[in-house]
Amino acid sequence: MNRKFTWFNATSLTLGFTFLYLPMIILVIFSFNESKLVTVWAGFSTKWYGELLQNDAFLNAAWVTLKVAVLSSTLATILGTLAAYVMVRAGRFRGRTLFSGMIYAPLVMPEVITGLAMLLLFIAIGLDRGVTTIVLAHTTFTMCYVSVVVSSRLVTFDQSLEEAALDLGCTPFDAFKSVTLPIIAPAVISGWLLAFTLSLDDLVIASFAAGPSSTTLPMKIFSSVRLGVSPEINALSTLMISIVTVGVITASLISKRSIAKQRADEQAAVRT
Amino acid sequence: MNFRRLFLILTPYTWLLVFFLIPFAIVFKIALSDYAISIPPYTPQLDLSAGWEGVKSFFSDLDFENFTFLASDALYYSAYLSSLKIAAIATLITLLVGYPVAYGMAQSSDEWRPTLMMLVILPFWTSFLIRVYAWIGILSNEGFLNQALMGIGLIDSPLTILNTNVAVYVGIVYTYLPFMVLPIYSALEKLDGSLIEAAEDLGCSRAQAFWLVTIPLSKPGIIAGCFLVFIPALGEFVIPSLLGGSSTLMIGKVLFEEFFSNRDWPVASAVAVVLLLILIIPIILFQRNEQKQREAGL
Amino acid sequence: MAQPANRPVFAPWNDPNEKPLIQFKNVTKKFGEFTAIDDMTLNIYRKEFFALLGPSGCGKTTLMRMLAGFETPTKGTILLDGVDIAPIPPNKRATNMMFQSYALFPHLSVWENIAFGLKRSDMPKEKIPARVEEMLKLVRLEKFAKRKPHQISGGQRQRVALARSLAKAPKLLLLDEPLGALDKKLRQDTQFELMDIQEKTGTTFVIVTHDQEEAMTVASRVAVMDHGKMIQVDTPDRIYETPNSVYVADFIGDVNIVEGTATPKGDGKVAIAWAEGQPEISASIAEGVAPGTKVHFAIRPEKVAISSDRPEGKANVIEGTVHDIAYLGNISTYKVEVAGGRMIKAQVANDRRIARRDISWDDKVWLSFTDTAGVVLLN
Repeated sequence: MNRKFTWFNATSLTLGFTFLYLPMIILVIFSFNESKLVTVWAGFSTKWYGELLQNDAFLNAAWVTLKVAVLSSTLATILGTLAAYVMVRAGRFRGRTLFSGMIYAPLVMPEVITGLAMLLLFIAIGLDRGVTTIVLAHTTFTMCYVSVVVSSRLVTFDQSLEEAALDLGCTPFDAFKSVTLPIIAPAVISGWLLAFTLSLDDLVIASFAAGPSSTTLPMKIFSSVRLGVSPEINALSTLMISIVTVGVITASLISKRSIAKQRADEQAAVRT
Repeated sequence: MNFRRLFLILTPYTWLLVFFLIPFAIVFKIALSDYAISIPPYTPQLDLSAGWEGVKSFFSDLDFENFTFLASDALYYSAYLSSLKIAAIATLITLLVGYPVAYGMAQSSDEWRPTLMMLVILPFWTSFLIRVYAWIGILSNEGFLNQALMGIGLIDSPLTILNTNVAVYVGIVYTYLPFMVLPIYSALEKLDGSLIEAAEDLGCSRAQAFWLVTIPLSKPGIIAGCFLVFIPALGEFVIPSLLGGSSTLMIGKVLFEEFFSNRDWPVASAVAVVLLLILIIPIILFQRNEQKQREAGL
Repeated sequence: MAQPANRPVFAPWNDPNEKPLIQFKNVTKKFGEFTAIDDMTLNIYRKEFFALLGPSGCGKTTLMRMLAGFETPTKGTILLDGVDIAPIPPNKRATNMMFQSYALFPHLSVWENIAFGLKRSDMPKEKIPARVEEMLKLVRLEKFAKRKPHQISGGQRQRVALARSLAKAPKLLLLDEPLGALDKKLRQDTQFELMDIQEKTGTTFVIVTHDQEEAMTVASRVAVMDHGKMIQVDTPDRIYETPNSVYVADFIGDVNIVEGTATPKGDGKVAIAWAEGQPEISASIAEGVAPGTKVHFAIRPEKVAISSDRPEGKANVIEGTVHDIAYLGNISTYKVEVAGGRMIKAQVANDRRIARRDISWDDKVWLSFTDTAGVVLLN
């Protein structure tokens, strides 16, 4: 690109990012509002955070959500990594087209349809709805995201590394465990994080898959938001936004530093 | 060796068959069934104990009644049309908002780009629901937007934005903006700057060079971005139910209500099947665009 | 390879009592419709430095991957020490491979890379460090043991890969284009180092390369391959001096090829008519040839002498005009146009500082060579 950063560019970036961030900034500011009215400022207060921590319904829902997210993202990472390995390495086998179709379809499927289909399956096989069914549903739709992330790493993976491991006496499983896995680990971890966030976020599929006894945090937020805005939700949102922001910024700083370190190492190697 | 390979393939394969393909088969089957006041609320049930006769009567009881019903009831008909319209218009607005942002990112200096990139991706990691919720406080009658507009004296009485289609457009553009910006940015970033210089050298003005070189070469990114917004927007549920009003008809919302409020599973399933059929066309077009990109990249 | 005079010449392939380490018996390998290896029979002996030479796609890499166990023959058998290796998986074979990309594990240090195979062998744990140190010393990398592969230079990486594949003391070491990633100067140094290490460890080396100079430098025998077939298997000097086909003559080094019709003259001599009104080329031939056979006469440029006066007492003298001169420092190559527009190259060593400046473009010159300087090729 020949970079002539013009006034037009500066304006569109400013407007664009204001549009993206202003709503969230307002949301965060008004979580510290004294008044119950979310739109009128009445002085600084942290009382809504206190009330949030007293609210058992929210805390229970948060606990269920966390449990579901950890379980389903872990399962999804295992299955998604296997699926990616099969897609990239297993070569041709019968039903491969169907397999790749089943991996990509959930990525573009509207959540209402996936949720409906899942629920109808659980009813057909007589599975009681609860945490288990949410985990199963979340595992299924998030494993596809994991497999996309992992397979894009596997495609660029030098296959002779695995052959070298075999040549030096590894069994195929040992080669995967001690060579392939450590090298693709960053992709597997970001796959897990993606699955975790998707599960944490999901409202629609969870609404279908959850039974009357189990409510996830997004479901709880949705039902209370339908009744109108509330400062408690603002407080909760602020907490969630800060966790994500800290997480993403930390992750990007770590990766930035490791890239810088690798560059420095390589330069040191050239000098010797 | 072969046993291991079989195990490797079968584990994810079986999972997807059981939890993805079979559920869709069930959706199709129920879409062909009849509504009944029972648990589960549809007939026929596959009665294997009745043997072959059971299977035969099961299949003979399936029909396309629900689809005829969808076609005859204006509610569904107009819900599909209005979903398509809302998704298409929202996609167009997202493109108009997103392209200048992506272009600005591509024009900015090397040290700024990773930060800008992160700023675009960050909202994606924050809860979708929260991002939609944030707009309720802004768009409501007493909301910040009306306060601001009345404050500067532009309007005298508050505008009704929340619970209208306008709010739905705002919600879609806001939540899906990163999906539009990222593919366009990655197309623009790859663009060779000397092409613009060549165009200017050959007599183009800056605007002409942008129109004749930059836009055509970022077309794959534009197409990918449009599909990435259009496809999920079509089946969207959260945005119309939180920001839209009672007059906002979107098929995702209709399906949800048909299922949970009316408990009419066969009609809900039929709605899902038709939505899938509508979606197949843009999905195939999207895949083709991606494939072309990959081939061109090789 | 130059051998010290007091040692017997290393040539197990000429000894009928010697048992080959590797035997290919009518091996064919197909990938779908494509035949990568076509009915190949070949013996490789202990302590040999065997080079597989050919253009890309000739099947040399497939041959090597069959030895390592990454491919299985479609037909035929491969014996290692008299045992069919087809059912043995790569991790159980007494062969090791040095990969073209080196395939060093990026997440492990140099030390751990070398120890990787040893940890998976039956070597007692306490003996591993000593063996790794020995290997590091062999490739002169003691100081770099703790570094990661991306922290060392390309040449050092190449030596780590070599040390890692030699650590388990394999019966057979396979080297896939081992020097392909190095620049020319480093490559030449490394070639001698490789020969040195091969001699020190006494391991049988099979090397795959597309660089004929490299094959000639390092190998005890060179196999020239094309389209899945062995064209010629012989020592480097014999491959160069007595190629068995136009393909080999052309592939190895620079060569002039003249087409003509042969007439046997008896006494191992043959006359080749190559152009109207020109004296026939006189050459020697080992086998009998029927009169009127179409043959190719191949002669290396350095065996063709060039002079501005007609030389006396040479078996073959051809007149021509200088078309082009390439000055390469140590040698000069003259491209001379002879009868019928054919070009013949003559190469002259520049052993004097102002030598042969008398020959210039468009000069009339005389090319000459003896009757044993070239080879007559029937195919």
